[in-house]
Amino acid sequence: MQDMATIEPKSTTASRGGVGWKRIELTSWGRTSRTPCLAARPERMRELRAALDVPEGRRLLVHGAGRSYGDVCLNGGEAVVLTGRLDRILDFDPAAATVTVEPGVTFADLLDTFLPRGLLPPVSPGTAFVTMGGAVANDVHGKNQHHLGCFGDHVLWLDLLLPDGEMRRVSEAEDPDLFRATIGGIGLTGIITAICLRLMPVPSNALVVRRRRMTDLDAFLAGFEEAAGASWSVGWIDALAQGAALGRGILETAEPSPQGIAPRPERARRFPFDAPGWMLNRASVRAFNAAYWRRVPAGGEERLLPYRKFLYPLDAMHGWNRMYGRAGFRQFQCVVPQAGGAAALRRLLEAVSASGDASFLAVLKSMGRAGRGLLSFAMPGYTLALDVPARPGSAALFAALERITLEAGGRIYLAKDSTLSAAGFAAMYPDAGRFQKIRAQVDPQHRLSSDMSRRLGLG
Amino acid sequence: MSPTWLMLGASSSVARAFAREAAAHGADLLLAGRDMEDLERQAADLRIRHGVQAVPLRFDARDFAAHAAFVQDCDARAKGTLNVFLAFGTMPAQAEADRDPGVAAAMVEANFTGAASILAALAPVLEARRGGTVVALGSVAGDRGRPRNYLYGATKAALHTYLQGYAARLSRAGVRVLCLKAGVMDTAMTWPLPRLPFMVSPQEFAAAAWRLAERGSGSAYLPRIWWPVMTVIRMLPARIFNRLDL
Repeated sequence: MQDMATIEPKSTTASRGGVGWKRIELTSWGRTSRTPCLAARPERMRELRAALDVPEGRRLLVHGAGRSYGDVCLNGGEAVVLTGRLDRILDFDPAAATVTVEPGVTFADLLDTFLPRGLLPPVSPGTAFVTMGGAVANDVHGKNQHHLGCFGDHVLWLDLLLPDGEMRRVSEAEDPDLFRATIGGIGLTGIITAICLRLMPVPSNALVVRRRRMTDLDAFLAGFEEAAGASWSVGWIDALAQGAALGRGILETAEPSPQGIAPRPERARRFPFDAPGWMLNRASVRAFNAAYWRRVPAGGEERLLPYRKFLYPLDAMHGWNRMYGRAGFRQFQCVVPQAGGAAALRRLLEAVSASGDASFLAVLKSMGRAGRGLLSFAMPGYTLALDVPARPGSAALFAALERITLEAGGRIYLAKDSTLSAAGFAAMYPDAGRFQKIRAQVDPQHRLSSDMSRRLGLG
Repeated sequence: MSPTWLMLGASSSVARAFAREAAAHGADLLLAGRDMEDLERQAADLRIRHGVQAVPLRFDARDFAAHAAFVQDCDARAKGTLNVFLAFGTMPAQAEADRDPGVAAAMVEANFTGAASILAALAPVLEARRGGTVVALGSVAGDRGRPRNYLYGATKAALHTYLQGYAARLSRAGVRVLCLKAGVMDTAMTWPLPRLPFMVSPQEFAAAAWRLAERGSGSAYLPRIWWPVMTVIRMLPARIFNRLDL
């Protein structure tokens, strides 16, 4: 219903029932694969419903901001619905501190709107560009997982558009099976059209952040133990440090600050080009990691930081994924149980450090409780995340990391994954069978599907 | 007293972006269109994000008989200045309009007759209020008829001409009228098309439109690059123009 100079559709186009489709190439944040697919970009519910009638009988997947790293958001050769323009805040109840949103609303939207009113999404991933639909589908977590759990723990209900066109509201009270299958359900149970989320009161727009050097892995784990009562805690590990320094890094803990910071418009920079492969080598990454370590004084430091800076440190650099060059990178993130966790982390770090694949800072966190979704990632223990540039030979490293994780009784995070084997998945996610049963009730023909679901044997 | 923007065709990509821009500047909104489910969602979003008043209203550009009462309603609801953003319009393929006179007539009715009807109904109200701004979406397609969309272009050319006289009339009452000759935007309507030149997002367009609406009147190309482009295209001799595949 609007207006522009027009050029008539050439060839690839189709408009079916009020929604347009076109061929596009999609990639995820890791940029390791670029796949062609048919895409619709509905702007209203009527168009979203029309998008269920996929041309050529293709299978469908919902794609939010595309900030997951592997292939969970890709559907090569099939079709996707982009939710970026379904971005309305539908309801806000100040007394209950609940907000209802469309799936394309981002964490940045919620912070812009609600932080000035003293409310914050209780759980935030490492970037504010993630959509709420993606946050539910991957049951994301943040630096306060040990304290407040996963994103799905704060979701009161979801509206789900099923592949047959039925609209269903799911929650713990109504249809708990489908609710738990959808949280962390990597988009396979239906299209989320509305999310009701509980927000958390905060005294100001800032937190007091403490940073301390941790000299090795044991010191780090002891640091986490000590910081168990902290509201937020996260560790940055120098993944190239070896020997006695293995696992050295910076432990950050944070508490809400009663006193705020005058809001300043943040000027985001953009990573200007695809870095050539030679820029990222052992020496340059080692130098970067060492500088990061030394930035924090030996005696530690304490600073007042706005939530945005603390929660989303990389958002100030748009397109930072281009740092890894054209070939892209893979991210590995696993969680291992507390018992035997230290030994497993040591083996993982040794494998990375020995592989010679330069990895920037790795992130270490303690996790407090399991997610409520059948395919939720979280479990009590330690989670380790690191980037590995995509190079010939990194497949062997990922296979080794998968084996170590599995032997430790841990699991790999689907939002980051692009290499996990179907057998490894089945072993790490014991509720996958139940998930498939519930999925079969709402989508027996697997009309919703993804590169990841096919790779992991979910169909 | 907050100004009010009446959005005609409020569910369109551009109107949505302009409404957010207006709300961010503290304006109240009347969201007029046919898709009430969508307008309810949009109104809630504007209220929650920006703390302004936003009301969905049923409006059909082709239901001429209802226009007078609709304008009465808007007049009663707008406590401060009443401003108008006219964004409705349809764009069926030229070939379809050639085949089916009903399709052609419906487009002319929505894009031009409907616009003329609602603007005529609004004129006395705006004159009586002695102020406000009318922003209407024209199109570069109205500058010269091209084989691909000359009927659509003709409806916009008619709108441009209408707005010239309308602007002159309302200027006597201190009402500013701005005709935006829009280039290509990345909207639901253009989504199925291949990537087009000088395409801007609705947000970019709306931000520029807001700045123009604050002071401008007359007509303006948006984005500005379309002024030199269309100047050249308008001046091409017919024997060359007719051979080009524009």
